[in-house]
Amino acid sequence: MPQRETGPIGDPTAITIETTIGYMGAIDHQGVIRRFPELEWDDFSGSLILSPERVDEVVSWLKEDPAYRLDYLSCVSGVDYLEKEEKTRVRNEAGKMVVKTSLSPEKMEVVYHFYSMEKKTGPFILKQRVHSRENPVVTSLTPHYRGAELMEREVYDLFGIHFTGHPDLRRILMWEAFQHHPMRKDYVPPNDYEYEPTPHGDVLQRARERREELEGQSP
Amino acid sequence: MNNFFDLKLVELGRWIEAFFADFPSLKLVVHLLLCTLPLALSFMGAFAFTTWLERKGLARIQNRPGPNRVGIFGLLQPIADGIKMLIKEDIVPERSDKLFHFLAPIMLMIPALIGVGFLPLGDGLHALPLDSAIIFFFAISSLNTIAVFMAGWSSRNKYSLLGGMRAVAQMISYEIPLVLSAVAVIMIAGSLNAQEVVASQQISSWVGSGNILQEFFGRILGWNVFKPWGFAGFIFFFVAALAEANRSPFDLPEADSEIIAGHLTEYSGFKYAIFFMGEYISAFAIAGIGVTLFLGGWNGPVFSGLPWFVLKLFSLFAVMIWIRGTLPRLRVDQLMGYAWKFLFPLAILNIFLAGFYHFIERQWGTAIAMLAGWILGFGALQLAATALSRLNQSPIMRSKRVYQLVE
Amino acid sequence: MSPVQTMPPRGYHLSKDELGADILEVAMGPHHPSTHGVFRMDLKLDGETVVDLKPVFGYLHRNHEKIAEDISYPMSMPFTDRLDYLCGMTNNWAYALSAEKLIEIEVPERAEYLRVIVGELTRLVNHCLLIGFFINDLGALGTPLLYALREREKILDLFEVLSGARMMVNYIRFGGVRCDLPEGWLGECQRIVDAFPAFLDEYETLLTENEIIIARAQNVGVVTREEAIDFSLTGPMLRASGVNYDIRKVDRYGIYDRFDFKIPIGGHGDCYDRFMVRMLEMRESVKILKQAIRDLPDGNIMGKAPKIFRPAPGEAYGRIEAPKGELGFYLISDGTPIPYRFKVRPPSFVNLTALRHMCLGHKVADAVIILGSIDIVLGEVDR
Repeated sequence: MPQRETGPIGDPTAITIETTIGYMGAIDHQGVIRRFPELEWDDFSGSLILSPERVDEVVSWLKEDPAYRLDYLSCVSGVDYLEKEEKTRVRNEAGKMVVKTSLSPEKMEVVYHFYSMEKKTGPFILKQRVHSRENPVVTSLTPHYRGAELMEREVYDLFGIHFTGHPDLRRILMWEAFQHHPMRKDYVPPNDYEYEPTPHGDVLQRARERREELEGQSP
Repeated sequence: MNNFFDLKLVELGRWIEAFFADFPSLKLVVHLLLCTLPLALSFMGAFAFTTWLERKGLARIQNRPGPNRVGIFGLLQPIADGIKMLIKEDIVPERSDKLFHFLAPIMLMIPALIGVGFLPLGDGLHALPLDSAIIFFFAISSLNTIAVFMAGWSSRNKYSLLGGMRAVAQMISYEIPLVLSAVAVIMIAGSLNAQEVVASQQISSWVGSGNILQEFFGRILGWNVFKPWGFAGFIFFFVAALAEANRSPFDLPEADSEIIAGHLTEYSGFKYAIFFMGEYISAFAIAGIGVTLFLGGWNGPVFSGLPWFVLKLFSLFAVMIWIRGTLPRLRVDQLMGYAWKFLFPLAILNIFLAGFYHFIERQWGTAIAMLAGWILGFGALQLAATALSRLNQSPIMRSKRVYQLVE
Repeated sequence: MSPVQTMPPRGYHLSKDELGADILEVAMGPHHPSTHGVFRMDLKLDGETVVDLKPVFGYLHRNHEKIAEDISYPMSMPFTDRLDYLCGMTNNWAYALSAEKLIEIEVPERAEYLRVIVGELTRLVNHCLLIGFFINDLGALGTPLLYALREREKILDLFEVLSGARMMVNYIRFGGVRCDLPEGWLGECQRIVDAFPAFLDEYETLLTENEIIIARAQNVGVVTREEAIDFSLTGPMLRASGVNYDIRKVDRYGIYDRFDFKIPIGGHGDCYDRFMVRMLEMRESVKILKQAIRDLPDGNIMGKAPKIFRPAPGEAYGRIEAPKGELGFYLISDGTPIPYRFKVRPPSFVNLTALRHMCLGHKVADAVIILGSIDIVLGEVDR
């Protein structure tokens, strides 16, 4: 074993080495699809789409299964999608190129990047998708990976996504009394940064009057 | 040349008192003033000089210049600091206990100044001559603890409270090795009177004789620090003195990387200056007692008397500054473990060693006593120290650590 | 949504004091000499023992991610300097790596070598600062700190000559680096790198022979191997607990597979191990630097990057081994020059998950040291 000794009566000496296995390649998702055939695999982004009810089962399988052994949760991000109109050019029945508009529904996703420290394999992406932006509720992965604790609190704070099963869900980057969720796509920053976004007392009164004045002015 | 300064100063004092020969009560008052006022003023001056010394010393250890703007080599810096402290606003927290908040710095200064009065600065230069001076000194210096705790409690601040509690625990724990190491000296010297302790550190048979060499060495080799029990006792005393004076590595009460300034957090301006002064003067006092007990007091080869005392005092203080710039801080439980489980047994062993040395010297003379004392006695102490440190360390600390280097 | 206590560490019991003494609640507040930035820890103390700990941050939150959704990709590069403001170069490199995954740009050899040189210099800079502040937190009043900072100053002077700024360097671009080395830079760099091991030897004797440091840093803040992986720790904290995972060896990004270097792995997972692992990592960085300076080829410093950076719709996650851990950038693009989602995965933020677990049952003084050994920088934690 490679060694370098030191300590209270230490004299550093270096000895030989073990070799790290390098990158073993991206993770093959076929195993997951075989085990859970009803789940959706999004080829475009290379990720597994889940709804919150299936998460516990799938994640604990991914952690235990010897082919995967995803023991390291690297990154938890929230993404916000507003309702969007998409225009694509398709051929209709008569053979003419027309523009077809489709409405992609609003959704909120929590994206998890997993790695395997044991097998040194590449990222496995999991997305928990909910279609409600009023009251998005997803399952927390904190019981499986304790490292998700602070990252999920951040997603809650900035997006408003509520995690069931999280031991201590409260705001982390904004202060406790803050009202809105800043990273959402429809967040309106305060008009005038001199007034606190969540003020109180006569500052609140002045903020209200000023907002009414500005709204009264603009058509 | 010996005792030159001391004799001159005593003559000066008598000459001034002679003016008041007709008014006995006034003469008494003048006598008291002459004993105490120069002492207080000179120690405050020494405090100012020491702040400069400390800042320069620490700075040079840390590879930077230190104060060098105000005056040549920054020597006027203490004056600038003093002016700054005086003109600062005195902020007292609203909910604090105002009476004790005010009294705490005063309570720190008073024992410090009284303690300084017990030091035998020279032959005949002794401000408060008492027959039990040394034990009185230790009693007075433990009043420091009360002052520190008063400061911590009255500030109504959690950091100050933490600092105050730590200070009390630390100062109480280190009183014991301090006094025990002094007990060895007092036992051998046979008296609690400071002047007699100093006098016992001259080799009296050599000093009286006319031989120059014997005169020279007679005033050095008699110091207690050159005897085995004195050397060990000095080390214990010095470590405990660092703890009593709240100096690094025992400056937990004012640990400024953890609890900001501990009990001093809520003090500003003049009160902070008084605290500072009180701490430094109590450090002087304890260092002075260390010099008296172990380093031979005012004994020295050529200019015996006051200059040697001052030299020894400042060199001890310089060692304190040196240690401050070098060592990190201990944690509270480790600190108290060190006092109770390490220094305390060793100090008791030191007393036995002193007795052993004394009896061998009585029987067979100094040379054999030195040999036996250093080899057997000091060796036993060293063994005990190693054994205790092994016992006190946890197994994890005693194991070698192995770091793998992976390709 | 009532806050429920998080799972306490194994073997820890919260027992009530027999005398019924109160528990003291102290906030080691945002203004504090030792919390490495505006960081607050709400401690509940029983005497001197920490009974509960809640980290509170967000004082430096500048909403970097939201700003990035309004400006184009290259315009976000200067903002990444300010994430972990002590290591500007590696932040830039991580962002460039992620963007280069969105559009396949080939980076020329010389640029890759330059990136490795400045990246490893940044690692030296960061670890110097950390070991200095670690001993400062232990109470040594600045002496070792100033010695470590003196070494750091030499490297920061190099950065200033190269890119114009000491810390906010903004040097790496998508497809290469911004400007080439000025004359004499390489020789100066070689001299500094050759003189570095002497400083490391001097500093290491401080560690291995000083009883006070050993007594205070050993067995404090222990994280076992399984806990480290569970807490998603990365960087020297993970390696000090015994896990062999260094992204330079695992992902082999850039040209790291051409260099011969080793990764130090510790055994106990306490503060002393993290400290020693960082010291040993500095030695390995010096080795890499020597090889890179020796093998630096001539050539272009900028690959063929498009004028307007407009990637096709898709997403990419690029990560590097920053001095503090795994720094990752997750970019989602929707076909416009402006990113749809820009997410930073900061190492210090995720490493803080283990703070409460590590501090429970220790004393206040230890809490300061444990925080110092996690190596946080608030610019990264709060973004």
